[in-house]
Amino acid sequence: MERLEPGSEIDGFRLGECLHAGAQGLIFRVAAPDQGFPAIMKVPRVGPNEPAENLISFETEAMILPALSGPHVPRFVAAGDLAKMPYIVTEWIEGESLEARLGRGRLPAAEVARVGAAIADAVHGLHLQDAIHLDLKPDNVVLKASGEAALIDFGLAHHARYPDLLAEEKRFAAGSAPYVSPEQVLGTRSDPRSDLFALGVVLYEMATGELPFGVPATMAGLRDRLWMDPAPPRERAPEMPPWLQEIILRCLEPQAEQRYQSAAHLAFDLRHPEQVALTTRARKSGRAGFLAQARRWWRARGAPPLPRLMPKAQVGTAPVIMVAVDTAHAHDPRQPVLQRATAQVLSRSPEFRLVCVSVIRAGPLAEGEGAAESASGIHLEHLVRLRHWAEPLRLPAQRLSLHVLESPSPERALLEFARSNHVDLILLGAPSPEHHALAWWRSVASSVTAHAHCSVYVVRMAPD
Amino acid sequence: MSEAIVDLGSRGDQAAIALLSDIHGNLEALEACLKHASDRGAARYAFLGDLVGYGADPRAAVDTVRRYVAEGAIAVQGNHDEAIEKRAGYMNDATKDSIEWTRKVLAADHKSFLAALPLVLREGTMCFVHASAAAPARWDYVDAPSAARRSAEAAQASYVFSGHVHEQLLYFESSQGKWSAFRPTPGSAVPVNSRRRWLALVGSVGQPRDGMAAAAYALFDPLRAQLTFHRVAYDHLAAARKIRQAGLPEFHAFRVERGV
Repeated sequence: MERLEPGSEIDGFRLGECLHAGAQGLIFRVAAPDQGFPAIMKVPRVGPNEPAENLISFETEAMILPALSGPHVPRFVAAGDLAKMPYIVTEWIEGESLEARLGRGRLPAAEVARVGAAIADAVHGLHLQDAIHLDLKPDNVVLKASGEAALIDFGLAHHARYPDLLAEEKRFAAGSAPYVSPEQVLGTRSDPRSDLFALGVVLYEMATGELPFGVPATMAGLRDRLWMDPAPPRERAPEMPPWLQEIILRCLEPQAEQRYQSAAHLAFDLRHPEQVALTTRARKSGRAGFLAQARRWWRARGAPPLPRLMPKAQVGTAPVIMVAVDTAHAHDPRQPVLQRATAQVLSRSPEFRLVCVSVIRAGPLAEGEGAAESASGIHLEHLVRLRHWAEPLRLPAQRLSLHVLESPSPERALLEFARSNHVDLILLGAPSPEHHALAWWRSVASSVTAHAHCSVYVVRMAPD
Repeated sequence: MSEAIVDLGSRGDQAAIALLSDIHGNLEALEACLKHASDRGAARYAFLGDLVGYGADPRAAVDTVRRYVAEGAIAVQGNHDEAIEKRAGYMNDATKDSIEWTRKVLAADHKSFLAALPLVLREGTMCFVHASAAAPARWDYVDAPSAARRSAEAAQASYVFSGHVHEQLLYFESSQGKWSAFRPTPGSAVPVNSRRRWLALVGSVGQPRDGMAAAAYALFDPLRAQLTFHRVAYDHLAAARKIRQAGLPEFHAFRVERGV
């Protein structure tokens, strides 16, 4: 292989500045004239003295990246023939690496939630494409000026529709020691919830400036996380609100079934802290006692159960379902019809999250203290009605959230809320010709159906 | 057993090649797969054995394959093809009944065509064999990564294409010389780099057994080094009905009907 340096040309790509020269390879800026976006070329270190893993993770990235799309991953441009001149050219995502951001110190809770939700969006976008990152860490997250996060480096990633070239490469396929999930340590590479564990470590690090499991250097050290209880983050950052500790410790559950079942649910909680159902996790003030740890250790000895579903299908078992409730007509005889339809839909999804939304017109325009008070009074009144509406469904607190939105345009408010919260299905009532009391549903139902990013279930609401 | 391999040399041909195995006298399924492949740019065809047995149209199946072979298609022998002229003693009763019926239906030229098929063919980086290239006449099932490794080592090719198992599976070699199995998603192109070794079980055209009635085959694109496994819906109820009407064992009609 010829010596690579700025100015060299490979398959029509002229190398620019060398951005990185590490153990695994080199990264150059390249001019990619036809693309219309800045690009980089990654070249692996290959040769008799280089580890074979360099090339396998390179091969993995070159296989998976062309199959991915969206704002959260770099666009694929080209790859060189592995046998002749291995390289991969991708979009260079402008922004600040989360690693660099953390170098300036830990983040306040609101910022942890904002950045964390952006990363969870990116992870969800990846899982919906049947891929799992498996090496999520601050180095591999780019924070864009838009507020979005992008994931880079797919050298350890898994794509359910492609053979996993790393499946048998047990020596190194685990991931990065501080962030890797317990099931990855045991050799499982097909569980999307592994990314949520790593994201939990990232959230912990953002909020406390420390790593929950340190930087283990041995396999035994790595295995500690199968049972070890990390110090509760509030012990290290006392000002942290309980909801954030609840979220972080839920991500860090050693058993994947105990974590969030979808990155969309995690993003939702990070965006709606007031709706987070607090459990004993939020109240923890120290590590579990010796006996409890021993019990966890005992439970952790077996291999983890393999997920039976591909990432997209797995995420699909944990949908976010939104129901639009007209709390202005809370006593309309047709409300039970919508309740029953909601209950039916929920019964089909084992790990759903139900989001009940009511849209009210913006508060009174009058100014002054009294007006503000009455506006919040109206808001509260609708929240109470919404809670009352959801009550017959008998849902545990962590499955349910209630939102009263204020907007002059109910359809726009519903659509925006659905999109930014990864809603998978919207339920709302159909307009009815003879019941003018629910007139706003007429335009809302058709407009939401026409413009929603997801499926919409329009419930015909003949009264009982 | 590598001396049993018929080496065709390298044709340097980069045309997309359709891989069809275990047709088992199912004309409806065969025609559906051939059309599906041709619609997707297949310019070459390889038939991986078991043209006959179980199904009600062995004559038409052999006629079709023979026509393709005359135009340059590749074909290797399967155990059912062998059993027409040789032994069927190791088969179960229903299968033996079906072979016996097929022997009566086929003409002498059909039989000689089947008997003359080679067991293993190699062309450039590709090797075609019904069961395992390690011992092709023993009809061993490639049902584990270790069996895939043995077949690939005997085949001495980057790509081994096989049938016999009636399911779609892609075995591949990792850097440590270990082999893994991958269950492909129908219709999704899988990159198959020629630096590694791969063994594809392409599934059965005429008698799928994974609970789905749709016919199975695969399409290999050497130029892009991509392998796509396909499932093709066809009139499987008609194929099952013909099996019953011919007086063939009910079980074989049932299998085609349900894909089990």
